[in-house]
Amino acid sequence: MILECKSLAKAYSGSPALLGIDLQIGSGHIVGLLGPNGSGKTTLIKLAAGLLSPDSGTILVQGNPVGPASKSLVSYLPDHAYLDGHRKVREAIGFFHDFYTDFEPDRAYGMLEKLSIDPNQKLKALSKGTKEKVQLILAMSRRAKLYLLDEPIAGVDPAARDYILQTILSNYDESASILISTHLISDIENILDEVVFLQNGKIHTHASVDLLRQESHKSIDALFREVFQCSGN
Amino acid sequence: MPWNLNSDRPIFIQIIEKIQMDIISGAYRPGDKLPSVRELAQEASVNPNTMQKALSELERTGLVYSQRTSGRFITEDTIMIDQLKSELAKEVVTEFLETMQKLGFQREETISLLEKAIGVEPEGGDGNDTGM
Repeated sequence: MILECKSLAKAYSGSPALLGIDLQIGSGHIVGLLGPNGSGKTTLIKLAAGLLSPDSGTILVQGNPVGPASKSLVSYLPDHAYLDGHRKVREAIGFFHDFYTDFEPDRAYGMLEKLSIDPNQKLKALSKGTKEKVQLILAMSRRAKLYLLDEPIAGVDPAARDYILQTILSNYDESASILISTHLISDIENILDEVVFLQNGKIHTHASVDLLRQESHKSIDALFREVFQCSGN
Repeated sequence: MPWNLNSDRPIFIQIIEKIQMDIISGAYRPGDKLPSVRELAQEASVNPNTMQKALSELERTGLVYSQRTSGRFITEDTIMIDQLKSELAKEVVTEFLETMQKLGFQREETISLLEKAIGVEPEGGDGNDTGM
């Protein structure tokens, strides 16, 4: 198992975010973490990345409790910009190279070139979408076991989205797994093999994409809209 | 260039149909080597596990066979390919006839419309191509 959560719970100053999550993700899977706003997606990802500690329950990454050992196996892409704007793209790559032994600068430069991003530009000079691309490139240039991608394509144009999905497909190997949280379900559902629907801090559904499509005769996007329909009351 | 996959049906089934079509249309010749699962998954922009599932299913039906070390190949059994072709043709014709029926056309009307579309004279035509 790449990721194993048992009865995982987390509350923020009394208001619950996750209520007993049991989740197992095996190796070689690309899993979509889907749910409405405030359902606990980012909390779950941050717990797995070791940025938050759970109130109760356990979380293991390839058998390791969250800590230095698990963090060396996890490549985490936050849902916001975190790089120092005064640095150049090239410097950010150097930083990652120094920091992570599994980081491969050649892959990062290759992807920058494909997306026509100049490595000598300062990060603050880049548009929001381009900054997101740089952060995703950094995250995917590591040889991690678990990639945690929190909203990786939200600010990116549709053409670049296709390239990014290709990047995700071509850069992970079968011994690794990817957990992607997103609202842009229809854009990514073809590359997923499993989905997890989160609702009010609990797992509503965890199943194979093809199975759900077969049973419901709907796309995951349509199914999501049905399950999480806003009732208006 | 991602393959054109619909959203409401299982993806592996659509992949199977696409590869079957490529075999029938001759895009893949009998005995051709298929690209690797990873290459095909990337080309189609689908999950490699899904591609693997589709290829296993094609192998099960015999349309594709794998050689332990050298990869997957299209069958050299041209009779099997022809059979698949006529099966698919039958499906297309059945679907067409059902749609025409829904539109309210009788058999004879449908046939005469077909003949017109192909360019055959409906009555006493000799069946030759009438040209433009």
